[in-house]
Amino acid sequence: MDASAILFYVISALLVLASLMVVFLRNVVHCALALVVALFLIAILFVMLHAPMVGVLQVLVYAGAIMVLFLFVIMFLNPTASEPRPKLWWGFGSLAALLLAASLAALLSNGGAPADPVAATEIFGSPETLAKSLFTDFVLPFEITSVLLLVAIIGAVVLAKREP
Amino acid sequence: MIVDIGIVAVKAFLVLFMVLNLAGILGWIERKGSALIQDRIGANRASVLGFAGMGLVNTLVADPLKFLTKEDFVPSQGDKFLHTLAPCMALFTALVTFAVIPFGDILVLGERVINLQVANLNIGILYVFAIGSLGVYGIVIGAWASNNKFSLLGGVRGSAQMISYEVAMGLSVIGILMVFGTLELQEIARGQGTLIRDMLPESAGFLKSTIGWLPAWGIFLQPLAFLLFFTAAVAETKRIPFDLPEGESELVAGYHVEYSGGKFLMFFAGEFAEIVTAAGLMTTLFFGGWQVPYLMRDGFHFPWGETVLLPHLAVTALQVAAFTLKVIFFCWLQILLRWSVPRFRYDQVMRLGWKMLLPLALLNVIVTAIVIIALQ
Repeated sequence: MDASAILFYVISALLVLASLMVVFLRNVVHCALALVVALFLIAILFVMLHAPMVGVLQVLVYAGAIMVLFLFVIMFLNPTASEPRPKLWWGFGSLAALLLAASLAALLSNGGAPADPVAATEIFGSPETLAKSLFTDFVLPFEITSVLLLVAIIGAVVLAKREP
Repeated sequence: MIVDIGIVAVKAFLVLFMVLNLAGILGWIERKGSALIQDRIGANRASVLGFAGMGLVNTLVADPLKFLTKEDFVPSQGDKFLHTLAPCMALFTALVTFAVIPFGDILVLGERVINLQVANLNIGILYVFAIGSLGVYGIVIGAWASNNKFSLLGGVRGSAQMISYEVAMGLSVIGILMVFGTLELQEIARGQGTLIRDMLPESAGFLKSTIGWLPAWGIFLQPLAFLLFFTAAVAETKRIPFDLPEGESELVAGYHVEYSGGKFLMFFAGEFAEIVTAAGLMTTLFFGGWQVPYLMRDGFHFPWGETVLLPHLAVTALQVAAFTLKVIFFCWLQILLRWSVPRFRYDQVMRLGWKMLLPLALLNVIVTAIVIIALQ
């Protein structure tokens, strides 16, 4: 095993641990912070896959902005006692777990993931390569996503500004 | 291999040494400077054996010693682990940003060419923003873990303010990235070594003859972006006029109400380290970084044709000295600002961020794009 493989397993183990903490910790603020740690570790995995741009955006957007707003809301509501979970959640949870198990089983029965699915070179995840494919091959999905986000923002503002 | 790691370690040590010491010195300058502005004497109590003359050195040693010997107070109903983690995060994020800021061009030692920058990332400026966006956790976690309503209010204010100004800060830099066509801070600094007349096409003869002799520094190419960046950077450091998260007269001390001793010192040092980092960014993006006007790798090449050749070590020393002086100037400017203007109201902070800085930054991006296309 070379150094990068060892690093991968260490970070993956920490990532699994952090993800379990998100689910099992009692205090909601601790859960949110464990999620920040998990997102940060995923960013490190992206950097190891020669995609520093995606890794940094992961930190910038998810860990640095979205989770801060999550914490913001959690601190305002300050939920102390954890409410009993509705029965329906168990159904959804089981369904998601089954789907994940099925896809993992299908993947493993095919002999696991291919050794090198994408030719990961130094420039594979660089800002230039990313921008080129985003603004040439995938410009339509990119624009549709931005319009969708814009609609969501306007919707949120309209809902927030509604007359009582 | 070992030599390479050693060189990086030495560079990291030098940068951390400089930033931390500059932060300490700024703490003293802030107290003495405020005293000067308010017609007081200021910090003059730290004397060793009745020798108060060396105020700076005495205060540099006496201040941390005073903090470290004080009681480390943790609120009994607070969260002990997070209460300790918060100041660490605040100081950590303030210190590691400097890793991508170049403090010189290259240093040639024998066969070896050393890039005078701790980490040369091809996503440079994005790293700065990513780490900066993590900086908000220090105050949010600290505020929540203290279990105090004043500190919680400060933390909530801080998170809203920092997220708002991050947007304006990021957009204000886009113009610079478009002009120099790179995200790497070292490349941006190198790009500012040319003259404006070398960047313009033949058709722009009038501009060439009037402002062509100026070095192509960010401030000359993107003056509006600098004003926006400066304002947003001051807001990110959470100092007056943007010190709403602390707001002594409203929130006692905001997010660090419940902090004392060494942990308060870490928040305190983190704030000053942020000032140094902000000054480093302003220097690198808008004031040529380590560039001395007309100084190339082999010496001065003045626009009127004169040439003064210099040895390599002298050039490198001049560049590092120029970078340091520029950083100190912007630190001083931020401290002067802090003692010159009153605090904003909270709604004013939000209005400035979202309704003035953000549209102006977007306008700057559009105008820059049009000008770049027109000049091609």
